[in-house]
Amino acid sequence: MKEKPDVLQGTLALMVLKTLDILGPQHGYGIARRVEQISGDLLAVNQGTLYPLLLKLEHEGSIASEWGASENNRRARFYRLTATGRKHLQVETRDWKQTAAIIARFFEVKAEDLP
Amino acid sequence: MRFLRRFLARLKNFATRRQDDKRLREEMEEHLAWQTAENLRAGMTAAEARRQAVLKFGAREAIREQYHSEQGFPFIETLLQDTRYALRMLARSPGFAAAAILTMALGIGATTAIFSVVDATLLQPLSYPKPDQLVRIEDDLPGVDARDVGLSVPELKDLQRSGIFQYVSGDWSSSANLTGSSQPLRVALKMVAPNYFAMLDVRPQLGRTFDPHDETPGFTLEVVISDGLWKRAFGGNPQILGKSLRLDNDEYHVVGVMPAGFRDEGKTSEERSTDLWAAAGFAAVPFPPPVRNSRFTPGAIARIAPGMTLAAAQSRMDALVASLEKQYPTDYPIQSAWRVRLVPLKESVVGNVRQSLLLLLGAVGLVLLIGYVNVANLLLARASARGREIAVRQALGAGRKRLVRQFLTESLLLSLLGGVAGIAVLFCTKRFLLELIPDSLPRLSDVSINWSVLLFALFLSVAAGLLFGLAPALQASRLNLTDKLKAEGRGTTGSGEQARTRRVLVVTEFALSLVLTIAAGLLLRSFWDVFNVGLGFNPQNVMAVRIRLAVPNDPKTDIYGTAAQEAVLLREMLRWGRTLPGVEEAAVGNIGSVPLNHDRNLNGLIFEGRDFRGSGPPLVEASTVSPGYFHLLGIPLLHGRLFTDQDNENVPEVAIVNDAFARAWWPNDNPVGKRVKLSGLSAATSWTTVVGVIADARTESLEEADVPEIYKCLFQRRDDELVLFLRGRLDPAATPEEVRRQVHSINPELPVFGAITLPGVVSGSLSQRRFSMEMVLIFALAALLLAALGIYGTISYLVNERTHEIGIRLALGANRTKILGMILRQGLDLAIAGTAVGLAGALVVSHLMAGVLYGVKPTDPVTFAGVAILLVCIALLACYIPARRAMRIDPMAALRCE
Repeated sequence: MKEKPDVLQGTLALMVLKTLDILGPQHGYGIARRVEQISGDLLAVNQGTLYPLLLKLEHEGSIASEWGASENNRRARFYRLTATGRKHLQVETRDWKQTAAIIARFFEVKAEDLP
Repeated sequence: MRFLRRFLARLKNFATRRQDDKRLREEMEEHLAWQTAENLRAGMTAAEARRQAVLKFGAREAIREQYHSEQGFPFIETLLQDTRYALRMLARSPGFAAAAILTMALGIGATTAIFSVVDATLLQPLSYPKPDQLVRIEDDLPGVDARDVGLSVPELKDLQRSGIFQYVSGDWSSSANLTGSSQPLRVALKMVAPNYFAMLDVRPQLGRTFDPHDETPGFTLEVVISDGLWKRAFGGNPQILGKSLRLDNDEYHVVGVMPAGFRDEGKTSEERSTDLWAAAGFAAVPFPPPVRNSRFTPGAIARIAPGMTLAAAQSRMDALVASLEKQYPTDYPIQSAWRVRLVPLKESVVGNVRQSLLLLLGAVGLVLLIGYVNVANLLLARASARGREIAVRQALGAGRKRLVRQFLTESLLLSLLGGVAGIAVLFCTKRFLLELIPDSLPRLSDVSINWSVLLFALFLSVAAGLLFGLAPALQASRLNLTDKLKAEGRGTTGSGEQARTRRVLVVTEFALSLVLTIAAGLLLRSFWDVFNVGLGFNPQNVMAVRIRLAVPNDPKTDIYGTAAQEAVLLREMLRWGRTLPGVEEAAVGNIGSVPLNHDRNLNGLIFEGRDFRGSGPPLVEASTVSPGYFHLLGIPLLHGRLFTDQDNENVPEVAIVNDAFARAWWPNDNPVGKRVKLSGLSAATSWTTVVGVIADARTESLEEADVPEIYKCLFQRRDDELVLFLRGRLDPAATPEEVRRQVHSINPELPVFGAITLPGVVSGSLSQRRFSMEMVLIFALAALLLAALGIYGTISYLVNERTHEIGIRLALGANRTKILGMILRQGLDLAIAGTAVGLAGALVVSHLMAGVLYGVKPTDPVTFAGVAILLVCIALLACYIPARRAMRIDPMAALRCE
């Protein structure tokens, strides 16, 4: 069986923040499903690990939660991005893009390109 | 910074832990419900839907654990968990818990109590700035066997000039009659050099102290008073400064009041309650002329020059002594071997109780150690009983470290609970315990339960927990898993190592309690010997009341200045003394004539026809008494005659010596008719004739026999510290009042104070010895009890372990008496091994305490053998109970219960 890539805690956090940024307030199950969908099932996280992460992000102040009613009228805890979280997301996104760009350049370089 | 933030976050998480955990659980449950519902919609069966949801979710418990260990303090969480577990375990066996906690409480409580006394007396520095630089200067003449001979004014000047000291102050404890208020008071006064307070580096709370550069040769007529006297005699009047005081009929001015916490650190408890300080130059009237060999100041206190160590100061002092001896060969004869010692001031205050206190601390420490061993033994027994539990926990994956930790948590919990209980008991019984301490203990008022004492108790508790917890913990964790599980808890552990450890513990316990019991036995015998010593005088029905005559600075104004003048007062006192209700006999003496008073009253003595110029005159105990004194105390006359009323100022001076004196100085001659010269403050010019020899009596010390003593006649030699002795059926409360009334009818300015009964004096002089003896005896009894319990526990345990084996033996026809003997034998072996080790230890300890023994040798065979036999008997008795149980085992029941 092919191993699915390990999702680093940091990346999962970034995905959660981005999901909330795009979709607005979501409950836990919704976030889990979204992350799964977007990553195209490549990232079948142990879904359970999401909840400690949500708790941590909330303690950090990046997200906030409150009770609300879900689409099928179940009571659920809804998470939303806070101002701090948004700033955090921007910084992280820029960092990621930078890292990705650098790595990409490294891959493009061929031996003859180097002086 | 980042570390701090993370720490704070963790702290917060730790605090909100329960809430977080609840939320995690709820959210996870919620998620699973969603997923299950979705799976159902996808057409799964109910069971399968839930199963798939759970699979997809991952290990819930592991995730929670992981979260908490990342976010909180796992160490503390484990600790809490272990503590909860340990509490449950203790609650399940309350008997064991109570026994262990009680043992620890007693051990830690008693040790802490003794430590609080040691801390206050020996460890806490004196309350002056830089107390380590303060020394008492004492000097001896070892060549003539005289200690503490005092210093002369030229010597004090030499010391001051030597550069060794920043300040040197002669200090002379005395007393004064404070008159002018309603009642004449006798106050403890200290004559000091004007630099005294500068030397101590203390400031008054009101006014000033003396000018350190004051060169007044006599008295400066200024006094500094204590806070106590200020409040007692002057109602704390803030206008006290500049007020005049009448002390011994001279006018003095109060220049300062010392703060409430200030205390003079003298050698006796009377000095420590000094209320008045007067500055003196010691060089003019009323002091004798300042000549080198007139060492009339009892000693000096000095502050070593800044930066100099005590050792350096002492070696420079030795050099100074050597050069003075060379410079003044007639004043310092080589044979007398003058030596000056610098004793740290604190040492001079507490030095004489150090040994007794350390003895007590050692004794109580041994009890504590035995307590530790007992609890270790109990824990070990429990550990083996819990062998199965431990094996199961190991099988379920508990690591060795984790198990050791669990055990240590349990033992620490026990010892901390014990420590807390001990401190609680100490707090409750503090008042009662302080009553037990004899008043003569220096710095008694400093004894308190302070932070360092509490810290000490905590240290003891933690040490206890680690010490007695570690052995069972390591042993349990080294357990062979499969063996244990296979044994199916049949209890036939008998693990060789464990049994060996237990035996070693019991032997240790026995050895320790033997040491302690022998120490107690030796102290008891010493006490008994001192107690039963032939006093040589009869203290029954005798009271002594003190009266002090004023000593004005100008002798011409002294109305009792001559023996003849004083004799008028004395005869009057004796006359009405005999008429007081219940009185049968009366006599007067000076302070030195009070039996067992601890002041020394040494007098230089010149013998007719002998040359002591090589070493200086020998120093002898001297007292001054009226006719009737020896008869009142029941001291018999051996030769010659006693004093009579005709021995007055108009006839040549006479003296009486005791038998020890006669033996020491005229071993082959009749002492009656021999002539001596007494040198006191005023050099004697005429010869004194010995007229009588009395029997030896222990009036100087209960412990020293044969102290040579000479008595002068009070009608010929005046003295200002008077003591009226009365014998008869007296009322200890009313008699002093009667005496006061009578004295005041003659002279209302004489203070009457210090009433005592002689039986009280005798028992008081035993108090310190009685205190150590009683304490060590109590500790020894506690140790014996603990050791007996220890061996009882061990043997019972062995019997339980061997129930099966004994059952088989009995079933096969073994003799029951033989079984009894077999078990007793095991106990006896342990006891004998412990006794052997203990005897060796006791030999060491008894030699260390030789200084506090009296009348018995440190190797007293009776005590050693007696205690050893006692201990073996106790061991046999303690083993007899389980041994009898072994003998009565019903073989059928023993075998069936397997």
